[in-house]
Amino acid sequence: MSLLRSRFVQAVLIVVLSFVALRWGIRPPAPWSVIQIYMAVVVMAVLIYVSADSDSWRAFVRPLWSTLVDPDKRNVRLACLVVLPLLLGYYAYTQAAARPQAPPELRAVHPAPPAAIQFRGKEIDISGVDNPLRKDPAALRTHVAAGADIYVRNCMYCHGDNLDGKGHFAPGFNPPPANFQDPGTIAMLQEAYLFWRIAKGAPGLPKESTPWNSAMPAWEDRLTEEQIWQVITYLYDATGQQPRRREAAH
Amino acid sequence: MKPRTSASSQGPRGGRDCAWTVLCTLTLLGLLAALPAEAQEAATEPAYRAFPLIGSRLAVWAVAQLHLNFAAFILGVPIFAVIIEIVGWRTGEGRYDWLSHELVKLTFAAFSTTALLGALLLFLFVGYYPRFWTYMTSIFFPTYWIYALLFFAETFTVYLWYYGWDWLAGPRKWIHVGLGVLSNLFGTAILVVANSWVTFMISPAGITESGALKGSVWAAINNFTWMPINIHRLIANIVFGGTIAAAYAAFRFLAAKTDEERARYDWMGYIGNFVALSAFIVLPFAGYYLGREIYAFNQTMGITMMGGFMSWLWIIQAILIGILFLGSNYYLWLGMERIPGSERYRKYVPPMLIVLTLGFMIWATPRSLVVTLDEARAMGGTHHPVLGVLGVMSAKNTVVNLMILTTFLSYILYRRANKVPTKPWVRTGMAVQWAAFGLAGAVVVFYGVYGYFVESIVRIGFSVYQVVAVLGALVLVMALDIPMFRGARSTGTIRWGTIAPRSQYVLILLAVTFTWLMGLMGFARSGIRQHWHVYGVMRDTSVDAVTPALGYAANVITLVTIAFFALVMFIFWLGGLAEKGTASAHGHAPAPAIAGGRAPDA
Repeated sequence: MSLLRSRFVQAVLIVVLSFVALRWGIRPPAPWSVIQIYMAVVVMAVLIYVSADSDSWRAFVRPLWSTLVDPDKRNVRLACLVVLPLLLGYYAYTQAAARPQAPPELRAVHPAPPAAIQFRGKEIDISGVDNPLRKDPAALRTHVAAGADIYVRNCMYCHGDNLDGKGHFAPGFNPPPANFQDPGTIAMLQEAYLFWRIAKGAPGLPKESTPWNSAMPAWEDRLTEEQIWQVITYLYDATGQQPRRREAAH
Repeated sequence: MKPRTSASSQGPRGGRDCAWTVLCTLTLLGLLAALPAEAQEAATEPAYRAFPLIGSRLAVWAVAQLHLNFAAFILGVPIFAVIIEIVGWRTGEGRYDWLSHELVKLTFAAFSTTALLGALLLFLFVGYYPRFWTYMTSIFFPTYWIYALLFFAETFTVYLWYYGWDWLAGPRKWIHVGLGVLSNLFGTAILVVANSWVTFMISPAGITESGALKGSVWAAINNFTWMPINIHRLIANIVFGGTIAAAYAAFRFLAAKTDEERARYDWMGYIGNFVALSAFIVLPFAGYYLGREIYAFNQTMGITMMGGFMSWLWIIQAILIGILFLGSNYYLWLGMERIPGSERYRKYVPPMLIVLTLGFMIWATPRSLVVTLDEARAMGGTHHPVLGVLGVMSAKNTVVNLMILTTFLSYILYRRANKVPTKPWVRTGMAVQWAAFGLAGAVVVFYGVYGYFVESIVRIGFSVYQVVAVLGALVLVMALDIPMFRGARSTGTIRWGTIAPRSQYVLILLAVTFTWLMGLMGFARSGIRQHWHVYGVMRDTSVDAVTPALGYAANVITLVTIAFFALVMFIFWLGGLAEKGTASAHGHAPAPAIAGGRAPDA
């Protein structure tokens, strides 16, 4: 128990337990890039914890100092001299060794839309247009039904019958098709944004943040403007999500 | 109150500073007068010229960032310098007057460098981006004159404020304080005018389809992001000024030869950090307001900024702000060691550290994950079901509000560390204070969680309730704390100068972190325009019309930050030389000794 009272041991234990909790406590496993950020914060916090007052700092440094200078710690020093470089060497090896997989990729969740697009010779203002079908609430159910039909005929095979991105073809794609049930997708976007994505698909994605590796077709040649708005209306209706509304200008 | 530093002690260097600044201002005015002629010739000129070796964009970027760093410093420091002077004037404590003068001295030393960099930036625009500058002039020419006149007014007021310190002492002190207030008003007006140009580039207004001014220039000035940036920059300047002043004090503390000097600069560092922390607490609210206005102005711009290729910029920002929160709190906790009686509050440190650490981790959780193929397969996609919950604004807003509350609690504990209240209503007062903290925390968490179950626009509105709850708690707790601890029994005087030296490195770290953060935010503000000089109006057709990658930007920001600190150290070193060379010759009044929280000459 006296060992647990040592500031140095406490600090090491906090770091080790935090790593164990983050590495194996989160399911599915968190990406290594996130764990690195978390561990950097934990190490910073532990250093603050042990050095926030002078007594604590002295207690933390004492075993380190003693290992470095005390004559009776010669064997521990020698062991450190061997073990620490080996550990660092092993870490360097794991980082540098070639592995049979693609390097990690950073993907932007929402590509930035253009201000306007050309749709069959007509300019559509993506930064200002609203879903025209919502102007007539009486006809909305008809549009939702039509949108459902369009979705099942064209979109379901990738995006799934539950709109969760788990369609028949989904396992073949990386990145996988968008999950519309996720509150972080369509619920965060204005409907005009969806119009752009459906109309222009992967070929219309911006050059920034490439490669997108998206398999989304451009539907502008297959669906009419009204059909695209109908399927958008269906997406929000079926998932129970609300499209992001525009804020009032000042 | 003892008369303080003789103004004449500044000697010939002060005169040279003055001459430089006036020369820069006159050059600026001359250039402005020549601009209409320049504009007429612009049609025959190339749209761009290439700056040798590094290219025009990098040259403008580096000089603009340096100029803004210095400008933020000389505009931010006088704001709290005058407040400190007023405190000294009203309480009669000489140390506040000394500190205020010391702060203005720092501003003063940086004044001519700011003007020089401003003139250099203008030369770069006129020379290397002539068509762009001609267009800006066609919109904003009337404001150039206002800017120049304000610059003159600001320069002469600050010089009078600085040189008239002893001349306007005693019964004429109110005039001196008035000069300080006036220089701040002029300084803020300069900031506001310059902001109209930069915000017009982001969110142009008051112009026709072809980009010509429609009516009055006011419509172009009062564009969508003007007021949010005015507020954000004003607060950020105070934070920046506080951190630089604290870093200066830390440097002097570490180099101090005597206990008295160490005590003085320990106190100055504390005040600098206190100022920075006080403004920093409200800065995230101003930043959120600005971000929200950008999103409301243009969805494309909002998505580019928050969800698009700049999304990882905000993770870096979160890490920097997390360091600022942790660093500021750490400094306060270390500072409590020099306060007898603070031992009873030690037990609060671990829980506060846990809240700050968890908050930091959640704030730094990315929404756009960097994943390997194996990791993506294990997660069932690029979206993580658990981390995804933490990567959105509901979670981030919640933790930042909790971190603000925790930092405020740290400060409250520091404030009362050597005081025992004697008022009969102490128990009730304390209970109300804790209830305010608890209630604010509960409101923040409630709306944070509830935000996941409502549509975007409602969720955005929740942030207002969270902010109001936190600000309400801050005001209420402080309003009770001040009368509760008035006339409190002291458990001992603060032992200024005995703080652990590592605390001073923290102050320097905070200054460097905030400077780097300013550079990063400048890149974000400029980068969201992408390939536009003036968004949607004037396209960037230069060879540099590509938004640089974050890694490249980070390297540029780092180099400019290093250059800024090298310049600052040089300027402060020059200031120190002048002090050494003239102090005895001009009968330099000694700085007040700071011990036990009160100056002996008070």
